[in-house]
Parts: sequence; C-alpha cells; structure tokens
Amino acid sequence: MIWRYFVTPLPTKLDESQLDEREFTARCVMKINKGIEGAYVFSSGKNMGVFKAVGFPEDVGEFYKLYEYAGYCWTAHGRYPTNTPGWWGGAHPFALLDYSVVHNGEISSYDTNRRTIEMHGYKCTLLTDTEVITYIIDYLNRKVGLTLEEIAGVVAAPFWQVIDNMPQGEKEKYSYLRKAFSSMLITGPFSILAGFEGGIMALNDRLKLRSMVIGEKDDMFYAASEECAIRVLEENLDRVWSPKGGEAVIATLNRGVL
Amino acid sequence: MGINLLYPEYEVARNMDRCINCRVCERQCANEVHSYDKEKKIMCSDDSKCVNCHRCVALCPTRALKIVKTDHTFKENANWRGSIINEIYKQAESGAVLLSSMGNPNAYPVYFDKILLNASQVTNPSIDPLREPMETKVFLGSKPNSIQRDKDGKLVNNLSCGIELSVPIMFSAMSYGSISYNAHESLARAAREAGILYNTGEGGLHKDFYQYGSNTIVQVASGRFGVYKDYLEAGAAIEIKMGQGAKPGIGGHLPGTKIVGDISKTRMVPEGSDAISPAPHHDIYSIEDLRQLVYSLKESTNYTKPVIVKIAAVHNVAAIASGIARSGADIISIDGFRGGTGAAPTRIRDNVGIPIELALASVDQRLREEGIRDNVSVVVGGSIRNSSDIVKAIALGADCVYIGTAALIALGCHLCRSCHTGKCNWGIATQEPELVKRLNPDMGYKRLVNLVSAWKHEIKEMMGGMGINSIESLRGNRLMLRGVGLNEKELQILGIKHAGE
Repeated sequence: MIWRYFVTPLPTKLDESQLDEREFTARCVMKINKGIEGAYVFSSGKNMGVFKAVGFPEDVGEFYKLYEYAGYCWTAHGRYPTNTPGWWGGAHPFALLDYSVVHNGEISSYDTNRRTIEMHGYKCTLLTDTEVITYIIDYLNRKVGLTLEEIAGVVAAPFWQVIDNMPQGEKEKYSYLRKAFSSMLITGPFSILAGFEGGIMALNDRLKLRSMVIGEKDDMFYAASEECAIRVLEENLDRVWSPKGGEAVIATLNRGVL
Repeated sequence: MGINLLYPEYEVARNMDRCINCRVCERQCANEVHSYDKEKKIMCSDDSKCVNCHRCVALCPTRALKIVKTDHTFKENANWRGSIINEIYKQAESGAVLLSSMGNPNAYPVYFDKILLNASQVTNPSIDPLREPMETKVFLGSKPNSIQRDKDGKLVNNLSCGIELSVPIMFSAMSYGSISYNAHESLARAAREAGILYNTGEGGLHKDFYQYGSNTIVQVASGRFGVYKDYLEAGAAIEIKMGQGAKPGIGGHLPGTKIVGDISKTRMVPEGSDAISPAPHHDIYSIEDLRQLVYSLKESTNYTKPVIVKIAAVHNVAAIASGIARSGADIISIDGFRGGTGAAPTRIRDNVGIPIELALASVDQRLREEGIRDNVSVVVGGSIRNSSDIVKAIALGADCVYIGTAALIALGCHLCRSCHTGKCNWGIATQEPELVKRLNPDMGYKRLVNLVSAWKHEIKEMMGGMGINSIESLRGNRLMLRGVGLNEKELQILGIKHAGE
C-alpha cells in the first residue's frame, strides 16, 4: 500500500527539537523506518519526488501519472535485482531529503560503510548498498559540508599512487579526504547517479567495474549505464563520452557540466 | 635436597649410526644437555636439561638428533594430569612462583580458527592484485570531527599527527633486555625496510637505534625505564603500557644479573640492581590520571607524536577502551590473553585475560555505539599467527595488528618457552655475548622483511577475492566473516553470522 502525504514539521515540535528542518525530517524518516514494522518512508525531499514500483516502466509512469509532473532533473532506474528477489520498495532511487541515488552494482565495502554511517545517527533498514550510499552522500554534503566533488574524492578516492603524483595542492586535498573519511571509501563495482537540489552527479567506482556514459546536447545532460539508453531520448548528441573510474561528472542547473 | 621426582618431559633421541661425534650439539647447547664420553667415545645427553629448542637438531650435520616427547607417563588421569603433578613437585621443592615464557599454550578456543572469510562470485567481481592496484597502506590516529576551510574555501588539514604504515602490521613491544641487541637491530632495520614500526618495549632505546626513530614506537611503562626527553622525541609514536596480555594486572621484573653494560645504560638503572616495573603506574589510579599522562607526553613532544595506550584484554575491556578513547589517546592497543612475554608467572599467564578476538569485537562495537570509534585507531595483538588472522582481525574492526611471537619465530625462535632462563640458544632472548652473536642481524632483518612482504601478498590476495581493493574498506566489514561451530552468544559478541546464514 502506498500512501502519499505532503507534510511539514509542526513548528512547535521543530522548535522543541532544536534541530533544523532537514535534520528533524531526516530523524523522523529514520524513526519510522526503524521503528514501525513494514513502514518505510521512500520520499522525503522538497521539490524532489521518488516513485517506486515493480512492473514495466511505461506502466509505472502511468500509475504515478508522471506526465503531470515537470522537473529539470530526472533519474530512472530499471532494476535487475543483483541478489535479492524483486520488491517494489527495493527499487531505486533511494532517497533522503533532497538526495537521491540510483546505483548499478554491488559494493564490497557495505558493512564497513554501514557500520560507519550508523555511528552518525543513520539506520540502515533496507539492507541494500544503495541506501548506505545515499546516507553517506547526505552525511558528507549536508552535515560535514563537503562539496560533491570532494565527496567523490572520499567515496571513489583516487589510489595512493595517483595521489602521490598529483600537484601539491591537489595532493594535500585528496590525501586529507582519504585519511579523514577512510571508512566511507566505497569499493566494488558501482555506477551511481546522485540527484540533489540543483543538479545531478554521475560517478563510477575507481576501477570502473561498471559502465557509465555521458551524453550532451545543447543544454541537456544525459548519463546512463548504456549509451543506447541515451540514444532513445536523443539521437543526435553533441558529445558522448565515458568518464574515468572515480571521476565525478556533475551537472548543475545554472553552472552547466562540471 | 630430596629425590628429584621429575622425569624429563622430552628425550633426546640420538641415532648412533649417524652420529659422528663432531660435538656440534655440545657446543651449541647453552643448557649443557650434550656431553662427550671420552671412554666410550660416544655422545651422551642429559634429557633433564633439555628445553626442546631444536638448536642441536637444526645444526647436527648428519641429522642424527631429534627431540621426542617422553612416553613415560603417570597413571592416566584426566583431572590430575602429568603437567599438574609435575608443577606441584617443582613448587614443593622450590617454594616459589612458577615462571613461564611466551604466550598461553593451553587449549582454549582460538576464535580465528572458527571464522571463515568471504569471496566474490558472479555479482561482484573479485580483483586480481597482480593486475589492479590493491592498497594496504594505513594511517593510525584520531580522525577530525569536522572539517575546516580557509578564507578561500580550501580544506584545512586538521588531522592530528598519526602513523603511516605500508601494511597494517607492527612489531609489538619487546624490550632490549628481554631480547638481545641483535634481535632489536633486526626488528628496527626490518621495520624501516618494510615501511612499518617496531616498539622498544619498556627497556629504553639503545643509542645505536636512534637512527631508526621514524620507524620506532617508544614505550613508557610503569617503571619509566629509559624515559627522557631525547627518547620521547626519537620515536614516531609514544606508547603508554598499562598492561600486557601475557600478564594482565601485574608488573615486571628484570633481575639485576641482567642489568649489565648497555642494558643498564639504556634502561637508566644502575648495574646489578633489579629493574622492577610496578603493577600499576603509580601516577595513574584512574582515567583522569591517564589523561594527564597522555597530555604530559603530548606536551613534552609539542603535539608531534601520537600517543598509544596499550591495555591487556580483560573482562571489562570495552568500557576501559571507551574511557581511553576519551582520554586524548590517538590509538588504543589491546593485547589478548595469548600474547607472549619474556617471563610471567605461569598461573597469571595461563588464567588471566580474555581472547583478543572477543575483546576486539566488543571494543569496536562499543566505540561505534558511543560514536567515538573515529577518535582512535585500534591495534590488536596477542597471537596474530598469520595473514588470515590479520584479515579477520581487520574485518572484525581493527586498524592494525601487532606481531611479537611471529616476528621472533621468523628470527629463529622455536617456541621452547624458556626465555626466562636467559639461555636462548637462538640468540634472541639472551644477553650472553656468545649466544647473542648466533643471531646475525643482516640475515635476521631480511627474514622479518620477507615475512611481512609474504603476508602482504597474502592479504592482497584475500582482499582481492572479496572484491575489496583498499584495506580501509575491509576494516569493520564483518559481513565478510562467518563463524563455524560457534554458539549464539559467541556469534553475537563477535557480531558475525554463522556459516550458511
């Protein structure tokens, strides 16, 4: 059963909690996901909606009446479940507040990442690696204050031999990120699309064990695991390329592709 | 003296057809087991003096020797076993505390042997370390709680000083005094070559070894032997030794007969006087005192050295570690009940403390529950025997391991557990010049480097098999472990699932 509510925190409760609105909302989400059996909050953003289902994409679109929505950034994910039976709640993206992640792969660092992020108040209730990636991005961006590019330097950190050969400033930065947030390094194959307020980030694992293709046409930006997915939407691309493993491609609404 | 009621535990079996009376065994044995009978023109042996160190066996040119466990036996008794009866004879004779060396040899469970590792199949590719980068470098030290930026928005390096290691292995504390000069030189040079650290133990640092300072952990123990400004500044890190796995709760005693020459100078103890390490630090009677010592050491080295606090794994280890993590220490080192020693009372060694696997699992979990795991790094020792023990320890939550016994074995130790006699035939746990020179540091250090690099290769293979290409993604990754033959409680404490789950 899917219920959809549009809610804001009760101002008195929010004041009482002495938290900012986003933290308050995130904690409510954790509380429901952990505490109420069988209940999960899948979408908790402002100006960001998550729609999940099991079925053919066109049916899902119709079911949720996606044609009624307008947005500057869309991510879609057709899932071939790696090692669990298909379940509509397990469909991507996983989202918390205004962060959403779709992920193709299976990370080998899962329990290291999970046990680390759970130290910071997150509860991994859905037992999938995508959930933990979402929380890591939320934590590093919203709570720690790292930029998305810096986050890529944490979760898909360059190898030490690469860092050692960087120019001094870069070397210090990446060396610091690896040392300070070493338990949030993600290993194993992944290609993720992380949506956030104002844009999207595409990122591969540092060995590029999963594919990732970027397409550009005028001011449109496309990212997908397979080029054919982009071609369906836009046949005549200005530019098509594959980012390197660990190289974050960030597209924002006003500043273009970074 | 009454009748000696003891029958030797081991017998020297000499194949007389092979023996050529070369008398190598006689010259090699500091325990004087072997002798030449001029009249009969044959080699004889006094089994009662044999400690089963294999020195004679290894050097016999004709392989005429082997040491066998005696088949002489008391009447079978599952309760009053032979070893127990013999110990009573010894104590009835001497009136003294029984002494032992090296780690607890008794048949307690070895949890590492009941844990199995994972490997990738199909959905997640394994990684070949010969083709792809496989990172084993680790940094020990506390992690910052928040980031800082300068006025241009650049990240400011607010990491505290730490330790960098090429592989998560360090040589654990063994003092100059408990082991020989040549053994120390081997460890120091190997640490430098392998890109890791060794530990002075509480015996001070010999002047000759100051050159290896950047690969040295200098220890401050309850006796404070050899501790002064230059010593503290010489090392890459400072370790406060609160306890030791082989003898939790008690101090140490290096007899005056061993405090001679350089050892007296290095320990800063007058020649011939006993070096007594008290059981507690006399300036530490609770956690706030520890904090004072941590900051005194940091202050005196201008906050340039990380401080390690080493404790023995005891029942309440998780709570103790939690206190240490808040004391300003950068690294906690935990020593399991199987940890080695140069000498310990047998009853203490064999009956006090808990297994390192359980201690580690509960410490790591507790620190995470309290959100302070990143305040400190965790180093574990107390019987790390091979590279798979290391991989399992890291997956349980350790940042790094200490190896002591394994390092000594690499130098030739045969685990005869007789270090306390000071007559080590392998030149390791002795100060007798004739014996010390048997250990050649040029060869010794190479064997240690070989051991570390061999283990590094094996660690990489196991990591690659799990699809992990950086050691930090293995740390605390308990899903990579499964127990076999463990009960619910053990699995719960270890925080792992049973095989098949």
